[in-house]
Amino acid sequence: MRIVFKRSYDADIRLFKHGAQAFWYILLLVVAIALPYLVGEFWLGEFTSMLIWAVAGMGLMLLVGHTGQASLGHAAFLAVGAYANVLLMEKLGLPFLLSLPLAGVAAGLAGALVALPTTKLHGIYMAIATMAIAILTEDIIVILEPWTGGVNGLFAPDIEIFGVNFNRYGNITGMYWLYLGITLLVLLGYRNTLRSPLGRSFAAVRDSEISAQAMGVNLARTRTLAFAMSCAITGIAGAMMGHFSGIFNNETFNIVISITLLLMIVIGGIGFIHGAFVGAFVIVFLPQGISFTRDALSGVFGSSSVTIPGLESGVFGAILIAVILFEPMGLYGRWLKIRTYFELFPFYRRDMFKRQKSYLKTERMR
Amino acid sequence: MDALQLLVSGLANGCVYGLIAMGFVLIYKATEAINFAQGDMMMLGAFVALGLTNHEWWGWPFWVAVPVTIAIMALIGYLLDALLLRRMFGQSQIAVVILTIALGFVARFAAGAIWGHEPQSLESPIAGQDVRFAGLVLGMDELFVIIVTLLLTVGMFFFFARTKLGVAMQAASQNQMAAYYMGISVKRIHSMIWALAGAVAAIAGILFASKGSIDPSTGLMGIKAFAAAVIGGLGSLPGALLGGVIIGLVEPFSARYLGGDLARLMPYLILVLILVFRPHGILSQVQAKKV
Repeated sequence: MRIVFKRSYDADIRLFKHGAQAFWYILLLVVAIALPYLVGEFWLGEFTSMLIWAVAGMGLMLLVGHTGQASLGHAAFLAVGAYANVLLMEKLGLPFLLSLPLAGVAAGLAGALVALPTTKLHGIYMAIATMAIAILTEDIIVILEPWTGGVNGLFAPDIEIFGVNFNRYGNITGMYWLYLGITLLVLLGYRNTLRSPLGRSFAAVRDSEISAQAMGVNLARTRTLAFAMSCAITGIAGAMMGHFSGIFNNETFNIVISITLLLMIVIGGIGFIHGAFVGAFVIVFLPQGISFTRDALSGVFGSSSVTIPGLESGVFGAILIAVILFEPMGLYGRWLKIRTYFELFPFYRRDMFKRQKSYLKTERMR
Repeated sequence: MDALQLLVSGLANGCVYGLIAMGFVLIYKATEAINFAQGDMMMLGAFVALGLTNHEWWGWPFWVAVPVTIAIMALIGYLLDALLLRRMFGQSQIAVVILTIALGFVARFAAGAIWGHEPQSLESPIAGQDVRFAGLVLGMDELFVIIVTLLLTVGMFFFFARTKLGVAMQAASQNQMAAYYMGISVKRIHSMIWALAGAVAAIAGILFASKGSIDPSTGLMGIKAFAAAVIGGLGSLPGALLGGVIIGLVEPFSARYLGGDLARLMPYLILVLILVFRPHGILSQVQAKKV
């Protein structure tokens, strides 16, 4: 374990704690940039999809992991982002570089609009309200057919930046690099927000609303802002998703996507930015892993390939149950524990990461 | 006449919603947890009954299959709590919500793997018969659903108000620590509540399956029932039924007079309005805490 000698107050909030940490992240970045030369087109497409899910996951993580508000309806803001982006490109002829941030702004505004009445709700009620809004959004898309194309959906045009065409099928390498760049920008913005007073107030609200208020944090404003920022990031992910899938309609952003998003960050690890990436990795590569295992198994037993419909979601559910029961901090939390075990080698204690248990009292008596 | 017909079928639908919502409320009332798999438990109950009764499976007589189904689902509910949810004791509500969502995924997969993904209907003696009453043609199944639901609600009310076990359940829900000091085995009470919710889910499932066809994704209807529970007020059994009936009635009437697109919006629109203006539901159970 490296002990950092802090010479200034800034040392507490530096992007990297020490040089070795910076080295590993830069190595990861180099690998990510070199990825198109390492894997084939199919896997590159999967990694691009992972980046999209990671951005969406970061959006939800800001809300759930860092502000402590649950949302079961973030697919609605994916939809707002995707539709706003394509409509801005098609109807107003804006270039992608302008329409993408504007789509984020649109989703953020929609989020603020939703947040004004709902942020006064707590815990489970908030989750219910956002879920209802997500279901409503799905139907509103159908009703607003003149703009959204209803159940027929919308075609996302190709992205053109300075004469270079980015298309999933024509230029997946370019698309991967473009999305990697967007992901890095969002990541940097997220990380810097957490270091700023605003990010600190998010964490304060998460840990204790009463203490946060006592320290002078405006609760309503902070919660609304967190919701809007989270929705803006999710909206950007939605715009990316729209271009990636090429065509989308109301079914693309249904309630199952909202639930999957929440489950994804739980598997990854609530409260860590890494968790969004780990969760996205699991979500995108789990179906591939299952089909790979199935092929390998049928190869061993010599039987014809067994197909069980719905196997993916079944396995996904089982993994989720295991994670919640045995590792509430998610896969990234498990990694942290393993690392700490080796860093402190003989001195690791079993309950080092344990949170105090609290006994429940009814919420119905406020 | 037309409106009356809509009224009865809406009431029958609303009663099924109300029964699923009752499962939500039972578990919420006692353990402060939300069981998002309640709809999937209903689906499982329906499929267990179908597997026991239908001719291509086991072909038992319907009235034998019903109590067996209820017993099986109660056992499943008890085991779910005893094996899985008990480990979550004291953790945040959202963690429990996520666990139950995952349980729903697994239940849907299991039902699909055992009974297949095609819609099937239960061969019950109450399906497909009519009752003619003062110029109205009412489905026997619809009347049956309404009557069973009413009986069950009254039974539940007396169970919670009068029996020792019911009062113990209420105590465990209000303050686990204090209930434990009074000699109530809180953990066992929780498991029993889950068993009760499983039994109610089985009844809802049997009623639903005898009204129409079921497939493994029927459980997603639980979301609508959940909306019903929140509209009525989470934690109130009459509220669950009230919410269910409101949604059951709003659906056919808005479909008739406003058109299909808007009709699908209505339950959730009501839910959002209720949450904004009366966050704890119509029959709210929240009281201000004295400081």
